[in-house]
Amino acid sequence: MREQTANSVSVQLIDIVKSFQAGYNANDHVNFSAYPGEIHALIGENGAGKSTLMNILYGMYQADSGKILINGKEAKFRSPADAIKLGVGMVHQHFMLVNTFSVLENIILGDEDTFRFDVIDMKRSKQKVIELKKSFEINVELDDISGGLAVGIQQKIEILKLLYRNAEIMILDEPTAILTPQETEELFKTLAELKNSGKTIILITHKLGEVLAISDRVTVLRRGKVTGILKTNQTSSNELAKMITGRSIESQVIKKSAGGEKIILEVNDLYINNDRGSLAINGISLIIKEGEIFGIAGVEGNGQEELAEAICGLRKISKGTINIAGIDDFKKSIAHIPANRHKYGIVKEFTLEENLILGREKEENFSNGWILNNKKINEFSEVIIEEYDIRPENSKALMEGLSGGNQQKAVAAREMTKNSDLVVISHPTRGLDILASEFVHRTILEESKKGKAILLISSDLSELLKLSDKIAVMYNGRITGELDPKSTNENEIGEYMTGLKSNKR
Amino acid sequence: MQEILTAAFVLQTFRISIPYLLPSLGAVYSEKGGVVNIALEGMLLSGAFAAIIGIYYTGSVLTGIVCSLLAGIIVSILHGLITITFKANQIVSGIALNIFAFGITKFFCKLIFGSSSNSPRVIGLESWGLPFNPFLLICVLILIITVFAINRTKFGLRLKAVGQNPEAADSLGISVSKMRYMGVIISGALAGLGGAWLALDQHSFTDGMSAGRGYIALAAMIIGKWKPTGAALACLLFGLAESFTLQFQSSGVPTQFIQMLPYLLTIIVLAGFIGKATPPAADGIPYEKKD
Ligand SMILES: Nc1ncnc2c1ncn2[C@@H]1O[C@H](COP(=O)(O)OP(=O)(O)OP(=O)(O)O)[C@@H](O)[C@H]1O
Ligand SMILES: [Mg+2]
Repeated sequence: MREQTANSVSVQLIDIVKSFQAGYNANDHVNFSAYPGEIHALIGENGAGKSTLMNILYGMYQADSGKILINGKEAKFRSPADAIKLGVGMVHQHFMLVNTFSVLENIILGDEDTFRFDVIDMKRSKQKVIELKKSFEINVELDDISGGLAVGIQQKIEILKLLYRNAEIMILDEPTAILTPQETEELFKTLAELKNSGKTIILITHKLGEVLAISDRVTVLRRGKVTGILKTNQTSSNELAKMITGRSIESQVIKKSAGGEKIILEVNDLYINNDRGSLAINGISLIIKEGEIFGIAGVEGNGQEELAEAICGLRKISKGTINIAGIDDFKKSIAHIPANRHKYGIVKEFTLEENLILGREKEENFSNGWILNNKKINEFSEVIIEEYDIRPENSKALMEGLSGGNQQKAVAAREMTKNSDLVVISHPTRGLDILASEFVHRTILEESKKGKAILLISSDLSELLKLSDKIAVMYNGRITGELDPKSTNENEIGEYMTGLKSNKR
Repeated sequence: MQEILTAAFVLQTFRISIPYLLPSLGAVYSEKGGVVNIALEGMLLSGAFAAIIGIYYTGSVLTGIVCSLLAGIIVSILHGLITITFKANQIVSGIALNIFAFGITKFFCKLIFGSSSNSPRVIGLESWGLPFNPFLLICVLILIITVFAINRTKFGLRLKAVGQNPEAADSLGISVSKMRYMGVIISGALAGLGGAWLALDQHSFTDGMSAGRGYIALAAMIIGKWKPTGAALACLLFGLAESFTLQFQSSGVPTQFIQMLPYLLTIIVLAGFIGKATPPAADGIPYEKKD
């Protein structure tokens, strides 16, 4: 890090207050600063106010009071346009892409090179982006339509958007939540390069390992207030955890013994096409028994999503069979925690309690078949909110006002409490803070102890190792490895994930 | 029946298509930006009335056309105010504006010409003494410009962005309201121009003379899958159906049946022929900044 003097500071937020509802400040007199050539980690629980603070710096939200100083000069941001002009760029927690646009169109949108008459100079733009791709080694196909791409690739588009705009101050809101270890490493290489070129990088993350590995300083938020500003090399994972939660946490999950004999899910020689019509699943067979947690590892986009969707009946299969025990019983269904919770998991215009019973409204508890029993629904959601620690603790809050992590908790709560023998879970703790992750892990284990069969898709290998009874690795639409979590490790799984190794056909 | 495919028939088809085509292309701009524009009907009618007023007072066809553009734009600004600035329901605003346009044109017709149903006859395009129909030329030009504007320009890209994902556009510093206003105002101007053609073709104003063409134009745009060329082709299809209607009217087939044809065609095409038509993802939804 360079010498830090008061006048070299690139970002200064002074005494920022922002409140969405009376009585609670999402940002409560926050002070924050960052320097050029620094990677500054911003951490804190779900709902602590991290995204809110950064949205204020990016001009998306306006603070109720407080000041923003960019390179020492006071700045007034009425919209992102103002922030972009001063070199501030942000990759949002929920991507901001136009699905129908090509990758290139998404990158240049808002900052287009033009000929006369407003006509876009696609050639020049493309050349520019290709150079950026090269110098930062970011690989995306510029002519692909953005909507169908894997989240990992969509994120690369978002980062290219910033680079294209020459952002000097780059905010990344939980960029690693959706990446594989390899992709994260790639991203961190990029970030290190950016840092060396003198950019200011603000990184929001829940993963303390990452904070320690890459950041220079850390700011911790709790319930809207700053609880610590630290030099990374003078702190530890324990100290940070304590600052985040306000207490020390013990991370112990006790694994149970393997499950019973009854087969719940049997997939036989399955073939599935992806959205573009090419083969996504290329002959997969697997069996999950009651009480078993079957982990699937793999780099995003190797068919995991298609497999989950097919099992849940969301995608047509082209060949093969999927048998689920007891699925003809109308009272039962498959529980599904989807990877793209914004698209499949929630209705953001609905209230929290409505979201908590979504898809379950026919259950005896919640209706008599025709009319919803609002009282029961409310009671149920109060219990769930308490148990899962969803914030704000208000059943009538609109889903879109919940922080990313709390939305995830709501989906998890709804699906885990559903009466079903099979639970299909994609990335259950993506975006969750440490406490919430622990909680979700415990819940998954408890539900499996009750006899539920669980298909667990995750790119977080430590999570898979911790929870699974079996791990299968998917590569190119096939299961290329079946591993015993007791005798394997992250490195070995990684080799299977990248196709270096295979212990099947 | 052998005269059906004569040059005159083709020309008539084109002529009939004009008052569909102009508002339909207008609708492309409005809806690409995310604003449903059912007010086309009222814009068309106001345009027709304004054209007659302009010619009546100045004796100049060109002034009439300018007046029609202005009238269309004024109605579209109202639609914009209601739906973009005040974020009211776009369909309701459109219907209200149509009723409003119907009433106010009738009112001024009575006030100025002494009859609420008819204006006196005014001069038309023949006063320019051109050997061809200038409106056909204008239509072709506007179609070309629209295809180009939507697909190749910065304006088009941003317009589509606010219609698909306004939040993303907003996050890139694009003003969602500004783009949506532009889309709606262009649609107003084009619909007003369509009204001018109706009035000039008939040499007068009659109450309610738009006769549902604004709605059909909107349907054509949907049948054309929100694309300018698609919309244009659909409009020609309607022009063709109506042209047949005129041909057959003297042939003994009940006229009611024949007059039904264009509408029947709309329903059939809408219901089955075009396959899945996907509107812009945020079409019809007012954009609320989360703050
Ligand atoms: N648009 C909004 N409307 C209403 N309340 C909001 C809105 N955005 C955030 N909040 C509230 O502000 C608080 C802080 O939310 P924020 O999204 O900043 O949290 P976060 O630290 O980013 O959490 P996470 O790690 O879960 O993403 C939460 O209580 C949230 O419910
Ligand atoms: Mg957040």
